[in-house]
Amino acid sequence: MDIPLDWIRALQGGALIGLSASLLLGLNGRVMGISGIVGGLLAPSAGDVAWRALFVAGLVGGGLIALAAMPGAFSAGSASLGMVLLAGLLVGVGTRIGKGCTSGHGVCGISRFSPRSVAATLTFIGTGALTVLLTGGGAR
Amino acid sequence: MTPRARERAQGVVALLSGVLFGLGLAVAGMTRAEKVIGFLNFFRGWDPSLMFVMGGAIAVHAVAWRLLQGRPSPLLSARFLVPTRRDLDARLLLGAAIFGVGWGLGGFCPGPAIASLPTAAPAAVAFVLAMLAGSYATGRLDPVLTRALKRP
Repeated sequence: MDIPLDWIRALQGGALIGLSASLLLGLNGRVMGISGIVGGLLAPSAGDVAWRALFVAGLVGGGLIALAAMPGAFSAGSASLGMVLLAGLLVGVGTRIGKGCTSGHGVCGISRFSPRSVAATLTFIGTGALTVLLTGGGAR
Repeated sequence: MTPRARERAQGVVALLSGVLFGLGLAVAGMTRAEKVIGFLNFFRGWDPSLMFVMGGAIAVHAVAWRLLQGRPSPLLSARFLVPTRRDLDARLLLGAAIFGVGWGLGGFCPGPAIASLPTAAPAAVAFVLAMLAGSYATGRLDPVLTRALKRP
């Protein structure tokens, strides 16, 4: 049986994400949840800023390296600018209320068998799928 | 290790972790918005590959978590700062539901959107700015709303 290349890339990329989360947790004792890491920068408290800023800088740096090595790995979709702004706003509001996103709940929380993260992940995949269904396979 | 050296080492770890995360997202295909939307499109031509992103990440991280359980503290800090709540509440599900709608509309979640900033694509930049605004505003309004809801 031939395994599609996309699946292999997904597994490889996923393993890198798991490694990155494991480094942050095993060495620094922190959960690699992006919305939480960024959220802490928006309401900074003393002594808790540098590592967050460095993580975000690394994330942008990783994106830059990836862009140089494989420019085809990026595309921003076909949604209109207004739709993108609405999407970003909802993601910001929702991840703050629900205390996590795909990384914090979907990867880190599920890895710890947290019932909260399992429920949150099923919920955001569910409403995401429903949204794509209602917009007919992608918002314009 | 002096506290100062420890703090510096933590910074290096955070930076490295961010780089690996960004690379992983790009390799996995998470930085292609239409691929993410294809994954969420269960009812028409579903693209299952992003399931393997979570699968790969969880496989690695679950083992790491298991190995870390026997340790009293992380290598570079005093304790593990990990959420311990296990109960479900309406806030959690409401927030996750709102996040999912935004994810489905834009095809971006927070990590891939930030990793896409170097492309300077207007959609990625606009998404991140709106996301920061939404998170900031909710953080400011939240205590007010919580107080209002608690009032009998």
